[in-house]
Amino acid sequence: MTKLEYLKESPSQTAGPYVHIGCTPNFVGNTGIYKEDLGVRMVNAKTKGQRITVKGRVFDGTGAPMKDAMLEIWQADGEGLFNSPSETRGKADPYFTGWGRQPVDMETAEFCFETVKPGAVPFPDGRSQAPHINFWIVARGINIGLNTRMYFPEEEEANAADPVLGRIEHRMRVPTLIAKQSGDKYTFDIHIQGDNETVFFDI
Amino acid sequence: MSKPTTNAGPFFPRDRNWHPKAMSPGYKTSVLRSPQKALLSFGNTISETTGPVFGHNIIGELDHDLIQNYAKPGESAQGERIIVHGHVLDEEARAVPNALVEVWQANAGGRYRHKKDGYLAPLDPNFGGCGRVITDENGYYAFRTIRPGPYPWPNGVNDWRPSHIHFSLFGSGFAQRLITQMYFEGDPHIPLCPIVRTINDPAAIEMLVAKLDMNHTVPMDARAYRFDIVLRGRRSTMFENRMEGN
Repeated sequence: MTKLEYLKESPSQTAGPYVHIGCTPNFVGNTGIYKEDLGVRMVNAKTKGQRITVKGRVFDGTGAPMKDAMLEIWQADGEGLFNSPSETRGKADPYFTGWGRQPVDMETAEFCFETVKPGAVPFPDGRSQAPHINFWIVARGINIGLNTRMYFPEEEEANAADPVLGRIEHRMRVPTLIAKQSGDKYTFDIHIQGDNETVFFDI
Repeated sequence: MSKPTTNAGPFFPRDRNWHPKAMSPGYKTSVLRSPQKALLSFGNTISETTGPVFGHNIIGELDHDLIQNYAKPGESAQGERIIVHGHVLDEEARAVPNALVEVWQANAGGRYRHKKDGYLAPLDPNFGGCGRVITDENGYYAFRTIRPGPYPWPNGVNDWRPSHIHFSLFGSGFAQRLITQMYFEGDPHIPLCPIVRTINDPAAIEMLVAKLDMNHTVPMDARAYRFDIVLRGRRSTMFENRMEGN
């Protein structure tokens, strides 16, 4: 008799208010342990593609900015390739990590990523996904990390055809995933709760 | 234990009833920091199945040793010396090699080295409270540290956190990302803690409780605690949907 035996995933617990100590110690002045906080630099002088800045804040259910949040992003390079061993379609730009980690500023509550604009990537059925950046957000009071995506406002046509955005039943919520653009600077505010609640994913 | 996973397909769906609910009123901060609308579920795409790789070369000599990595020469952190070790596995009990494991914790008195922690227990000048390792080909990791103290926190009038170590796990894909906490076997604060109690199933809580491991205890030096961590499993790519002809 065949038995299905799987382990269960370890349950999540909040990152708490002191996530910086473990993930970005230099940011809170605990220097001398790690040379540099992981994920602070995604690009260098040799990175290909269009440089962009992505800024924003994370708001709670009252609209107050959360000053202890930490965000990670993961994205394709300018050509739409991921710098990952699971990437089988080609070789991504070796000078672009694709992964960033930033705590929000403890006073202004703002996060900021210096990155490149990602190319489009395929959906499993062969359709194209509009250029997007994957976000993961943790903080005190968040029991399990929140996943979402940021899309680009100038990609109207691609966004309209995007299979993930297309799954959002309440169309008035789609704009919560689309950044605001000013030249090469994008603003992506995240609302954990409230009228303007960001669409979060179960992926 | 079986061989490391070579699967690179979609991750097994998360059991959202096993994990804590976003809104857990006993943990007051979660009330305003929890999405109220349903999550949008969709199968993994390449955005979720891929993830960065952290080379073993990023790890410094003392990154795994919290007793020494912030200590002045010739000194060491105060407290009960312990080794925390175990395997990072996936849901099929396969080793997860090259996983980035980052930890942070309070000192022996229950105080964090963080500007926002105002607890009256003193800082230990020789304790920073962070460490990191990358799992080996068998998914194995080990830290040396001191047992953190319990501490009070503002939630109920008299809530105390059990002794705990925060763990951040980065496996092979972005959708496998996990942050959790490790507790210590026998700690009477575990069943009282509102953060522990965001998890409903006692069997799930039990997964976060490290066990005293006398076999790996170093005589006359440090006791060992065993803590295995399970990340999401993933399917092989063999039968994944793709366009006909691909």
